Amino acid sequence: MSKGGLNYRLVIFFLAIVFGLGLSAPTFLQTEKGAKIALGLDLQGGLYMLLGVKTDEAIKSKIKSIASSIKFFTDDNDIIIDDLKINKERLSLTLVDPDEEKNLDEMLKKIPGLVLEKENLNYDLSLNEIEKEATKQYAINQAVETIRNRLDQFGLAEPNVARQGEDKILVELPGIKTGEEEQRARELIAKAAHLQMMTVDELRSDRAYDMSAAEAAEYGDVILEDARSNKMKHVLKEVPILDGSMLTDAKVGFDQMNQPVINFSLNSEGAKIFGDFTGKNVGTHLAIVLDNKVYSAPVIRERIGGGSGQISGGFSMEEASDVAIALRSGALLAPVKLLEKRSVGPSLGADSIRSSMIALALGFLLVVIFMVVYYGFAGIIANIALVANLFIVLAVMALFGATLTLPGMAGIVLTVGMAVDANVIINERIRELFRQGKSIQKAIEKGYDNAMSAILDANITTLLAAVVLYAYGTGPIKGFAVTMSIGILASMLTAILGTHGIYQYFMPHIEKSKNLSLWFGIKGGAK
Amino acid sequence: MQIFSKDKTYNFMGKSLPFIILSILMILSSYIILGSKGLNYGIDFSGGTIVQVKYEGPAPIDKMREQISVDKMFANASITEFGSPDEVVIRFMSSSDSVQEDLGDIVTELLQGTGSFEVRRVDIVGPKVGGELREKGIMAMVISIIAILIYITIRFEWRFAVASILALVHDISIAIGAIVLFNVDVNLDILAALLTLLGYSLNDTIIVFDRIREEVKNSKSFDLFEIINFSISKTLSRTLLTSLTTFFVVLTLWAFGGEIIHGFGLTLLVGILVGTYSSIFVASPMLKWLKFSVEDYKKKESIKEKRKIEKEKMRAQYEQGVV
Repeated sequence: MSKGGLNYRLVIFFLAIVFGLGLSAPTFLQTEKGAKIALGLDLQGGLYMLLGVKTDEAIKSKIKSIASSIKFFTDDNDIIIDDLKINKERLSLTLVDPDEEKNLDEMLKKIPGLVLEKENLNYDLSLNEIEKEATKQYAINQAVETIRNRLDQFGLAEPNVARQGEDKILVELPGIKTGEEEQRARELIAKAAHLQMMTVDELRSDRAYDMSAAEAAEYGDVILEDARSNKMKHVLKEVPILDGSMLTDAKVGFDQMNQPVINFSLNSEGAKIFGDFTGKNVGTHLAIVLDNKVYSAPVIRERIGGGSGQISGGFSMEEASDVAIALRSGALLAPVKLLEKRSVGPSLGADSIRSSMIALALGFLLVVIFMVVYYGFAGIIANIALVANLFIVLAVMALFGATLTLPGMAGIVLTVGMAVDANVIINERIRELFRQGKSIQKAIEKGYDNAMSAILDANITTLLAAVVLYAYGTGPIKGFAVTMSIGILASMLTAILGTHGIYQYFMPHIEKSKNLSLWFGIKGGAK
Repeated sequence: MQIFSKDKTYNFMGKSLPFIILSILMILSSYIILGSKGLNYGIDFSGGTIVQVKYEGPAPIDKMREQISVDKMFANASITEFGSPDEVVIRFMSSSDSVQEDLGDIVTELLQGTGSFEVRRVDIVGPKVGGELREKGIMAMVISIIAILIYITIRFEWRFAVASILALVHDISIAIGAIVLFNVDVNLDILAALLTLLGYSLNDTIIVFDRIREEVKNSKSFDLFEIINFSISKTLSRTLLTSLTTFFVVLTLWAFGGEIIHGFGLTLLVGILVGTYSSIFVASPMLKWLKFSVEDYKKKESIKEKRKIEKEKMRAQYEQGVV
């Protein structure tokens, strides 16, 4: 007779159950405190986007800002230059006064990563490869930061913005409920928020409608549409006076007509450039340009100090608020493009939860009933292990803050089917040993021993497949790999160690009753 | 309760020929269907757009088609029922890379006036991402097969590894045949199902091989047929029982899990049936054709055993301070 009662296996199993129940409780009871399992976007609804960054545009705008600073420097030092032109990723200019060559060269040398090619006094400037790469990287990181800032201020619950891989940005917005809300969020994300102060080309301002873009470029001009009507056009100097990078704040305000406007202020450097420029150019037009649309082009009446300005252009209150958010968070150095988008409405998510729960409950019930019918008491023991397994899976997921997705639910359902596998193998081995006439204790101990290698090999191969799936899968599929892997690992603890402990605990009873039909579902008594 | 008689040994190996022919026929027809119809890639792998719309009442599919095809971009859009007559999925190959205005909005706009509806899901996958996902999917398959091959070679020997991989290829081929036959959209979830199948199919095969390995070591017989028949018979009830429990849950998943995981469920359903069949009728006869020799394996094992004993002896001597 063996002594039965408490044993180390049972204690470990018991601790595992306590762990499972304790850590999955916050999820079930939806308590305030404690780690809970988050639902994936496919179950709770929301917007998932994978964005790419058009990094070439970042290089172009870097060239543009170098052009601005050259223009400011030459204006400030009364150096006369001509033909300041931007051609894609290159910048060219002609120095008129040869005496200033040294002065200009010195200034250009201070700009990092600039490659200078000179023929007489014709300058040709571009960026070297290192600087280009750095600009690209900076543009991606800056886009992540900027989009994150914007979404934080937009007021949705738990936005997630992260860089993914080389050049992609992942955006997850679980809080989105309606199509309109989604569209507003998408517009906010993609808004370049590129604010520029530009000068109107007074010589050619009447040619806005009969000049081609190429012709305008020859004069160093661009033709931009008016924000109010795309039929109205303006001819502007391509190199801006200053841009939004010198902006410190942007707020929604109201003009005399009580229309929403955006008031912005510049930092001290911007204020100085703005003040100097307006002081020197009284009587000309200054255009305020946002995302290549001209919002206003008033005449400069006097020097404007203090570095503040206003964008007005018939905004709705919502638009004005979004533009202000975008300006405050900074411009996107490079535009973003959509690579992948998945949006799920809350009602579909709820449907998915319901149907997968039904599948889980039904599948679970079928397995549980089958085990009891086929194995008797041994089946009940296996079922206890199965329930413990489910709780442990949920607990581990909550502990690591894993997200439950629809494929993840499928993974749990599948785990239910596969977790009893170990117990079926063990029980079949035990039955076999009974038939060979082994004693109860011997049959159980030997049964576990014999089953071990098969269970280990089978579980490890499945685990290998799950791990690879995790490494190569994306989004919801990762969720499937996670639940499968945790389920397999937990089943080793519950189905092998746990059930073994329970048998040991009941050993004296089993030996006393010798009723193999009751305990193991087979006919005949035991020795 | 017991389904299989206690100690009967079934003669699987003696009757393996008709099953082999059946397997070859199933694989061939799978590849013929695959070759003629081709895989029906969903948007995850081919790129494109899906809009899932739910109407109050039955969806007016003809009217929808008429209104959507006004825009040339959607001329080739397919509109199919999704789970119930109220719900439809609109699919088209194009995708746009604009963040502000996506194709879902345009479709919603075009559908105005077809009745009261709700857009429940818009998935857009750009061509670049689709290509990357396909590449990653194939990589995942290849890597897991290699990893498992290595593992089984270490735990058993190379013939077992090759036999189980061949059985695996058998299972996956037939599952893919079923995917094509039932017009399942091949998306990421189907890839996940195939990878699960990969693990599951091996799982079954390994249980049988484990028993064969054990019998080779323990029995006095040198007859591979006899050993295989005995091992399959001994593990038969387990193989069928676990397949049954897994089959139960996959069946409920397929029947009640909702339209989105319908294809996933179907793939697994077919896979489990085929996987169970192959672990009995395909994997083990393969050992014979690969010229697995009981005698050599026994020799190898006994050498291993001897070495182990010697090592232990040396350690014991060392610990006693004899050396």
